[in-house]
Amino acid sequence: MRPKITLQGVSKAYGNGEALPVVDALDLSIREGEILAVVGPSGCGKTTLLNIMAGFVAPDSGEVRVDERPVVPDKKGILMSQQGSVFPWLTVRQNLMFGLNGAHGGDAVATADQYASLVGLRGFETAYPYQLSGGMLKRVEFARALAVKPEILYMDEPFSALDAQMSLRIRNELLNILQTVRKTVVLVTHDVEEAVHMADRVAVLTARPTRIQTVFEVDLPRPRAVASTGVQALRAAILRELGVD
Amino acid sequence: MTRAMIARARRTAPSLVVFAVLIGAWWATVTMTGSLIFPTPGEVLTGAWGLMQDGTLFEHIGASLFRVAAGYGLALLVAVPLGLWMGWVHGAFLTLNPLVQILRPISPIAWIPIAILWFGVGNASPIFLIFISSVFPMVLQTANGVHGIEKRYLRAAENFGVSRRKLFSQVVIPAAMPQIVVGMRVGLGVAWLVVVAAEMIALRSGLGYLIIDSRNAGNRYDLVIAGMVVIGLIGLVLDGLMRLLESHPSVRWRYAS
Repeated sequence: MRPKITLQGVSKAYGNGEALPVVDALDLSIREGEILAVVGPSGCGKTTLLNIMAGFVAPDSGEVRVDERPVVPDKKGILMSQQGSVFPWLTVRQNLMFGLNGAHGGDAVATADQYASLVGLRGFETAYPYQLSGGMLKRVEFARALAVKPEILYMDEPFSALDAQMSLRIRNELLNILQTVRKTVVLVTHDVEEAVHMADRVAVLTARPTRIQTVFEVDLPRPRAVASTGVQALRAAILRELGVD
Repeated sequence: MTRAMIARARRTAPSLVVFAVLIGAWWATVTMTGSLIFPTPGEVLTGAWGLMQDGTLFEHIGASLFRVAAGYGLALLVAVPLGLWMGWVHGAFLTLNPLVQILRPISPIAWIPIAILWFGVGNASPIFLIFISSVFPMVLQTANGVHGIEKRYLRAAENFGVSRRKLFSQVVIPAAMPQIVVGMRVGLGVAWLVVVAAEMIALRSGLGYLIIDSRNAGNRYDLVIAGMVVIGLIGLVLDGLMRLLESHPSVRWRYAS
């Protein structure tokens, strides 16, 4: 399969004067339509790496290419930040309509409502985000991203604000949706089990300044049960790789 | 009585008691000292009733409200766009903020001589004074509101590739709106304070004029106090209206958490 995203020699340091190197000559290739999870020690620069991939932060050196063109932040790849960026001043429907520039009036409403029901938000179209639970808010986030038909989803710890049960439930829902609308997904997470549960490959990062330590192929049939021996064995292997048994 | 009614009574009772005690103390003091000038609460009510019956009270209220509406309305029209500009364009903030910071602490009372010099003693003077006193808090709150927009929202807007117009109408302005509303509330409070002060200078209508005129025309302190009470009550109503704005769902997210 041809690569969707390629990173070549990407380096980034923060601060001026005493620069703090965060990403160090990192190479990575992400295949079209795969779910790639990125795990690593906390504070290793996962979020920075994701922001560089999505084109929001320019690397000091090296290059990110999407479909063999230099990356620009646009609707082709939607970034979901860790705290979420559903606009609290817009209703669910208005949030879902936000990125629908081409469609007009009724069309946009219909598209928004279609995606609302896809993620199980039917009946909440006119609610404001502060009236929703954390799980519902995540669904709005996903629906808003999916509504603009992106090719890539960049997700930064999307489930970390949820409790374990809700996290698992939303992950399964998202996997179901991704079965029908194929996307290339980059999932940054601290949760190795979540990575193995969802991903086709898991990239393990080194401590800062970070680079790729190992990439694990997740050759497990879907749907995957989190408690299955396959998932747990791979989880243990990745944790060993991270140095935490 | 329902439980809600009891809860409500519990909440309002203490302040009602304070009112009753104060009015009672006022009544007792005036009666005991036998003051010839300072009125009893009853005399204030009678005086206010007289002003209501001949309609002059409403003329004064109308005149004051008109000046506030004009001065505050102009200030709002200037302050919100200016504040948005200062908040969004860093250079505009650097250029204009020092000027705003110097003008802001000058008491509107200090502007009175200049207002009279520029605008004479008609309606324009108090309107100018209200404008000058309410415009700065609203400019600064609006600029603050824009500065405070979290980066993740601006990044999301950029990600979805919306037009500049949509960026402002659906992200920047609504994100700053809670702060704008706070500024509007502060601005209206200041405007109401200032109109009364401004009307004490050489005007023939308004609640400020009523107070000064009642004193000058035969020490009618019953009407002075009636005027003060009316000012207080209208201030309360105006603030209540602004609070209604704060409860609108499109701004409540900010105050809700």
